[in-house]
Amino acid sequence: MIEMMLSTALVLFAIAIAIALYRIIRGPSIPDRVVALDMIVVNLISGIAVISVLLKTKAFLEVILILGILAFISTIALSKFIERGVIIERKRNR
Amino acid sequence: MSATAEIIVAVFILIGVFLSLVSSFGVMRLPDAYTRNHAASKSTTLGVMSTLLGTLLFFYFYEGIIHSRILLGIILIFVTAPVAGHIISRAAYNSGVELSERTVQDDLKDTKNIPK
Repeated sequence: MIEMMLSTALVLFAIAIAIALYRIIRGPSIPDRVVALDMIVVNLISGIAVISVLLKTKAFLEVILILGILAFISTIALSKFIERGVIIERKRNR
Repeated sequence: MSATAEIIVAVFILIGVFLSLVSSFGVMRLPDAYTRNHAASKSTTLGVMSTLLGTLLFFYFYEGIIHSRILLGIILIFVTAPVAGHIISRAAYNSGVELSERTVQDDLKDTKNIPK
């Protein structure tokens, strides 16, 4: 019974990712696309957790942490690029 | 693993799925970049936290171990996802993404064109 529920959960996460892809293609501004990409990564984390429950293995648990860190860093870098035009600034007076 | 443990795990994971679907429909249907950011950051964060809590409980019932990696993932997402939502929304406002036409008040308008 729990296998059926987990498979349904995976399908519904895939539907959520597809809707976020629609927002990436359709989105009128760049921050919409960044928000949708962040949402895709977060849904991917949930999907990996559900897959590791479904396969009864603990080999995928590092992937959760690494995807969380990568989503945060990439969102910060993209928003800094949108706001200021550069990501890593130069020193002013050297 | 007993049937009660399976039901607890499945309930947590289904709550997470429901919240993720709600936030994705909000991202599809809301009119504005800021309201879409509102839907995406809050509801997705709670959904993924609930799913990871279900995974943590599954491995606790299945092996008798609380895996610290899942716990660290829950804390990491709970700390970083609202910060990322705030910063991307601030970048959208400062780069001139327009608000919805149903907006009635914009308190940040005076701070928009300050020369740096």
